[in-house]
Amino acid sequence: MAINNDRPIPTQSVGAQFHDNARMSMRDVNIFYGDKQAIFDVSLDIGQNEVMAMIGPSGCGKSTFLRSLNRMNDTIEGCRVVGDIAMDGQDLYDSKLDVVELRARVGMVFQKPNPFPKSIYDNVAYGPKIHGLAESRVDLDEIVESSLRKASLWNEVKDRLHQPGTGLSGGQQQRLCIARAIAVNPEVILMDEPCSALDPIATAKIEELIEELSENFTIAIVTHSMQQAARVSHRTAYFHLGRLIEVNPTEQVFTMPEHELTEGYITGRFG
Amino acid sequence: MQASTLLFIVIALAVFGYFSGYGRSLKVAKPLGSIRHLHSLPSYYGIQTAIWCALPALALLAIWQLFADTLIHSYLMAGLGELITDQADYNLTLNRIINVASGALPATGQSDYVVAAAAQLNSIAAIQKWALTILVLTLCSAGGLWSWRRIAADFRARAAVENVLQKFLLACASLAILTTLGIVMSVLFESIQFFQTVPVSEFVFGTSWSPQTAIRVDQIGSSGSFGAVPLFTGTLLISAIAMVVAVPVGLMSAIYLAEYASPKFRRSAKPLLEILAGVPTVVYGFFAALTVAPLIRDLGASFGLNVAAESALAAGSVMGIMIIPFISSLADDVITAVPQSMRDGSLAMGATKSETIRNVVIPAALPGIVGGILLAASRAIGETMIVVMAAGMAANLTANPLEAVTTVTVQIVTLLTGDQEFDSAKTLAAFALGLMLFIVTLGLNFLALRIVKKYREQYD
Ligand SMILES: Nc1ncnc2c1ncn2[C@@H]1O[C@H](COP(=O)(O)OP(=O)(O)O)[C@@H](O)[C@H]1O
Ligand SMILES: [Mg+2]
Repeated sequence: MAINNDRPIPTQSVGAQFHDNARMSMRDVNIFYGDKQAIFDVSLDIGQNEVMAMIGPSGCGKSTFLRSLNRMNDTIEGCRVVGDIAMDGQDLYDSKLDVVELRARVGMVFQKPNPFPKSIYDNVAYGPKIHGLAESRVDLDEIVESSLRKASLWNEVKDRLHQPGTGLSGGQQQRLCIARAIAVNPEVILMDEPCSALDPIATAKIEELIEELSENFTIAIVTHSMQQAARVSHRTAYFHLGRLIEVNPTEQVFTMPEHELTEGYITGRFG
Repeated sequence: MQASTLLFIVIALAVFGYFSGYGRSLKVAKPLGSIRHLHSLPSYYGIQTAIWCALPALALLAIWQLFADTLIHSYLMAGLGELITDQADYNLTLNRIINVASGALPATGQSDYVVAAAAQLNSIAAIQKWALTILVLTLCSAGGLWSWRRIAADFRARAAVENVLQKFLLACASLAILTTLGIVMSVLFESIQFFQTVPVSEFVFGTSWSPQTAIRVDQIGSSGSFGAVPLFTGTLLISAIAMVVAVPVGLMSAIYLAEYASPKFRRSAKPLLEILAGVPTVVYGFFAALTVAPLIRDLGASFGLNVAAESALAAGSVMGIMIIPFISSLADDVITAVPQSMRDGSLAMGATKSETIRNVVIPAALPGIVGGILLAASRAIGETMIVVMAAGMAANLTANPLEAVTTVTVQIVTLLTGDQEFDSAKTLAAFALGLMLFIVTLGLNFLALRIVKKYREQYD
């Protein structure tokens, strides 16, 4: 069956969009770049300690949606978010909310590893320093070590903490970025295609790590690899042309998709 | 034949060589079927022939032009033998001979040997002209012919042309390096000559600068002193003032332009700022001397300070304004070159914009910024005009920015303006100062490279 993109796409998403124990909840979210609308009427919950995967053809708005969850879209000129996005019941787009504080609670890992041109230690210590999380040097050392341990990087870098983070391999750099993000002890971690620049071995390591992290953090991960979504996530959301088509437990999405567009995508008919 | 005519002929022959080489390669290709069977494209055979036509001939022409006159002159003078003994006399006589030979000086009234030498010069000149013409043209046709005859289907003209081209580029690069080396050498030799009259230690550590040399031995105040320390401190003082003005202003404006300003504002503000660098320094000079210096003096007077009419502060601050664009423009470029992903990474950690700039953007851009600052510093050290006009010529040893000082470059100018003897200590001192300036600039560049290397960060 050929998918005709001109055919009107249902506004209603199908599946289990909502969650009883939601950490973040989005209702009727629309996002615009100037006059151009990138996200249409998306409603979705992300549960406590849940790993939510977002899949869909490129350009369908996954990154845009993800960035609205920690207001990184604020840094893009002309980007406008309409609708309700709340975290633990608190409106993220409230004018009284401090963006800086929000971003400390909602960390982010990017597609391309982007360690700062500083030492490994200083990369991880960056967040705790600006947020005043460490009382003393000993505290800071502790935070750095525990973050690196949580990111499964400690054993590889403990002897070279003061060498530049940019000297690590791609996979190590990405784990450093994860360590950097968890050093400020966020509640939610957003990951935008965190493995797309990595080789299979490094990818496997990160996937393993995501599983471990899900014990303590809520994770939203954008991925273009369906196997990855299947391996790491609890629920999967399928986006298409700026709309949320289907959300369901991951197993179901990959075995019995509810929507024909989802089925078309996961069986590789387009995307 | 004139050298220019000869040059023209050689070029014409080379063009002819190109076409005949091209033609011959086509002829070679014909029995084989098509030019596919040639090793190289026909144009390469043409170029190969043209190169062999022109290059040896032009090389001979150049060498001949460079050395022929000198050789002929020394041959002439050697002929005069013991008549001429010392150097000054030698040059004088040679000039006289050349002028008589060219008819610029009437032969009547000249010594016999001069007239004879002039006649000899004329005849040698005529012979050498013909010899040159014949040699060049022979070389030209021989080279062209040789190369033309070598054209065959398996001759690798393309590689040969490539080879020549590479050598030519190497020659150009060497020329630039050799020129620099030549300048350094000449400065060095003159400086050594200077240091034979004035000891290095006196020059480098002496604190009194008064470059006089006696015209007569019994003259009063005949002994000058060549202690360059006041010049070094003066240069340092003015450059430091300039940097104090330029670095913060330049850096801040770069940060504003790169990080905060709207693209539209940036597009119009940046060129405007760069105009500052295009204003002739003499304009800055009179701005400093006529506007800023009196302002500072009046301001100082209202605080009860005694400010010299020409002060280091006036020159330094105006110079600082002049070099702002060096810093701001370069810093702006490197700041904009810092990838957005760096900023995103920091912002996503919950850093504010200014924290991001301070902690991530500036450190990442630091090598470029340091480069810009050092460039500005060497510009400040070498700047002359503003200092001549606004800071005076008095070689005061002082760290007080309100007094008049002078700089190395200004003293070079004053030493060399007017009628000078070329071998007096006064003139040679200029070369020694130049050498010092060169060493300092070299050191500055070396330092800049080291810093840049140490802090160089790869972004990905
Ligand atoms: N900074 C931007 N300005 C304008 N349009 C943008 C910008 N970023 C993304 N878009 C547009 O928004 C849509 C969604 O993009 P994105 O969220 O990056 O998709 P995805 O991450 O799913 O590939 C695309 O059509 C893209 O062209
Ligand atoms: Mg994307």
